[in-house]
Amino acid sequence: MADTELEIEGVMKTFTFMNRKAPYGTIYALEVLETVLITAAFEQHANIVFVDDGVYQIKKGHDTGAINMKNFSPTFGIVEMEKEDADEDEDMDMVWRIIVEKESMEARGLTKDDFKLDVEILTSAELADVLDASDCIISG
Amino acid sequence: MLHTVNKSPFDRNSLDSCLRLAKKGSAILLIEDGVIAAMSGTAESSKLEGALADHSVFVLGPDLQARGLDASKLIEGISVVDYGGFVDLTVEHGTVQSWL
Repeated sequence: MADTELEIEGVMKTFTFMNRKAPYGTIYALEVLETVLITAAFEQHANIVFVDDGVYQIKKGHDTGAINMKNFSPTFGIVEMEKEDADEDEDMDMVWRIIVEKESMEARGLTKDDFKLDVEILTSAELADVLDASDCIISG
Repeated sequence: MLHTVNKSPFDRNSLDSCLRLAKKGSAILLIEDGVIAAMSGTAESSKLEGALADHSVFVLGPDLQARGLDASKLIEGISVVDYGGFVDLTVEHGTVQSWL
């Protein structure tokens, strides 16, 4: 097989990941999270968004021991690390945002302190602009 | 931007979230069980009736037919498209958000 170099320089798109399902009840949350991690390898702009019951994915204090399922919430730490790398590396023209919709959070009696990640809280109108500016939306 | 909704408004909040987060001027296409939202005279009809001022709304004909839903009883202003029309909408609107 010939040596080939992966050439991705110059192609920057904004990927938005819409998390709308609670964790553990269905596979959606884990599948989207895996897709986010794959995307990290390509150094693209990313918005990790939590809407509706998706906000429960990043609730503090998951303990799945008694339901015999893997607690995947620690993996969100990698998402946060990726965001910090993007923020700090000035050579890398990459922006990662972790966003919770205000209306979904408040409807569930949650506050910013309930989340294990440092998130931006946006209103639905502000989030609509973020979605509209995205090149690709991955939904779950 | 094109929003697709594939859940019944009687079953899930997908349509509510779509209408809350879709910018004015974006298009909405109802597919699969989402087509139920397009029917007039239901307890959920008012949601899309109100949205028609801000959005063009489409419904996938084959999904209506499959469920025995009468295209003559759609909310006024909603357009029926076939699979070719679905493709045209995605090409025309670029980014697609699927409300699952």
